[in-house]
Amino acid sequence: MEGKEIIRVDKLRREFMVGGERVKALRGVSFSIAEGEFVTIMGTSGSGKSTLLNILGCLDTPTSGEYMLDGVLVQSMSKNQRAITRNRKIGFVFQNYNLLPKTTSIENVELPLLYNSAVSARERREKAVKALEAVGLHDRLYHKSNQMSGGQQQRVAIARALVNDPVIILADEATGNLDTRTSFSILTLFQELHSRGRTIIFVTHNPELAMYSSRNIVLRDGKVVSDTVNPSPASAREAFEALPTDND
Amino acid sequence: MKLANLFKIALKALNNNKLRCFLTMLGIIIGVASVITMLAIGQGSKNSIKAQISEMGSNMIMIHPGNMQRGGVRQSADDMQTIKIEDYEALQNLPGVAAISPSVNSAGQFVNGNNNYPSSIYGVTPDYLDIRKLKIKDGTIFTDQDIKSAAKVCILGKTVVDNLFTNGEDPIGRVVRFGKIPMTVIGVLESKGTNSMGQDQDDVVLAPYTTVMKRILAIDYLQGLFASAVDEAQTEATIDGITAVLRANHRLKEDADNDFEIRSQQELSQMMNSTSDMMTVLLACIAGISLLVGGIGIMNIMYVSVTERTREIGLRMSIGARGIDILSQFLIEAVIISVTGGVIGILVGVIASWLVTVIANWPVYIQIYSVVLSFAVCTVTGIFFGWYPAQKASNLDPIEAIRYE
Repeated sequence: MEGKEIIRVDKLRREFMVGGERVKALRGVSFSIAEGEFVTIMGTSGSGKSTLLNILGCLDTPTSGEYMLDGVLVQSMSKNQRAITRNRKIGFVFQNYNLLPKTTSIENVELPLLYNSAVSARERREKAVKALEAVGLHDRLYHKSNQMSGGQQQRVAIARALVNDPVIILADEATGNLDTRTSFSILTLFQELHSRGRTIIFVTHNPELAMYSSRNIVLRDGKVVSDTVNPSPASAREAFEALPTDND
Repeated sequence: MKLANLFKIALKALNNNKLRCFLTMLGIIIGVASVITMLAIGQGSKNSIKAQISEMGSNMIMIHPGNMQRGGVRQSADDMQTIKIEDYEALQNLPGVAAISPSVNSAGQFVNGNNNYPSSIYGVTPDYLDIRKLKIKDGTIFTDQDIKSAAKVCILGKTVVDNLFTNGEDPIGRVVRFGKIPMTVIGVLESKGTNSMGQDQDDVVLAPYTTVMKRILAIDYLQGLFASAVDEAQTEATIDGITAVLRANHRLKEDADNDFEIRSQQELSQMMNSTSDMMTVLLACIAGISLLVGGIGIMNIMYVSVTERTREIGLRMSIGARGIDILSQFLIEAVIISVTGGVIGILVGVIASWLVTVIANWPVYIQIYSVVLSFAVCTVTGIFFGWYPAQKASNLDPIEAIRYE
């Protein structure tokens, strides 16, 4: 928990008007996340975790409260500035991968860099290859998204989140669509990335996953109900290896 | 965001949907090809009319006796005897008139031995050849002396030669009869073929006007005058000059109508041009409508494509595409479709125009402006019809778009 502060949210509130009724999704959420943490944010549906994720991902702005990302206030940014922030500082991993169809892994991974004119075509390719190597897909560079398994697709999506060297990786139910074995292999990958110093926020409704992260924040009805540090996270690799291999 | 990157993204997206992309393009291809072909046909017929008119002598001016009422009875133009030799002589010295020839003609039967053929004999001066752009192929034209003496000489057109000299003998120096009058053939005209009205321009016999007036028709007036202006641009001014001279000669009062009629080829060509212009406009309208339909096709497909690719748009936004990036991408996609369609359409249009010439034998002429115009129009079409869907795409909320099913 030492490292520099990456995220600080203070009394975050977010309200929506749904059919003339005021819905309070977040009712004053405060916490801060330092560089190198692997945080799981947990909560049942309706707890406000998606809203929080959207705000942390600079896709949405809070109704009130403060959000500081990497030393910059987000709520004072314009729409375009937030887009640029997403491009430079945030890596998203979604539940349903969201890869471009009929597109090779490498092109999918290159995508965020296409929106950054400071990166040349050669750099783009090099970075994409490196990111794919980091997720263990160095032999799948030119496979199209529909020729790969779910786990492989999610690895491509993680590589895409890594390629711009973000200050934070935001994973939204990143194992939600995968079977247990593949889930653990993806979780292993997240742990590896964490051990290499990446800051990760993993949003999920699955309480089991808390044991694999270094810190767990639980949301309920738009409020933080618990924020616990896990000094010795379980190894996802061991859990993975303990699973029976399918040979039936 | 580099433009090159945007192009790369747009091309990639189009490549993922080749068939749809081609079908969308088809609307533009057909639109542009029809614009080019229609304008080429329009311009081609205009050009061929123009060529035919200038073949007839584009600065030709025709003067005929006009209709006039005598005691309430409207007279036929043929009965009018208002144009005289004196008019011809007066007009000879008018500035702006390059050449002038009286015209009197008579139809009748030409006889050479066993062969006979009905044709018309035109009494003229050698100037007539210049005015009508006729050329002597063999022999000579009659001289001033021939005109003074009303010599019994004539020049035959090719059709007349073919019908009177069936054995292929040389007609020069032979004597043919027109009615009862023997005439010596002194020349043969070069063939001009048929004109735009389908008239055989070679079915003609020329003789000194004096010969036709005195020996054939026995009249002392002229049936008409043929003149030519120095150049086409001066036709109008020359006509005014001629009108003034004739009115003075005929001693017409200030408020009296002309007792003659002047017509120029220019009028004819204007009339023909306005007809073919109207046709061209009509054709271009039809073609323009098909281009519009093509454009709506683009809008339709782009619109569907935006809805279908909502998730993709959401993803692009969440990884850092700004609204303007999304807008540009869809706009560039639309423009690539329309411009590529335009280029293919131009090629198809050129080929179609060529086929029209080869198969239907219609004259076509592709103007550079029609190519440039249709190219510009389809680019504008792409931007115009691509704008709305692109705008819609760029205004999507990334949060909703990324979870869109």
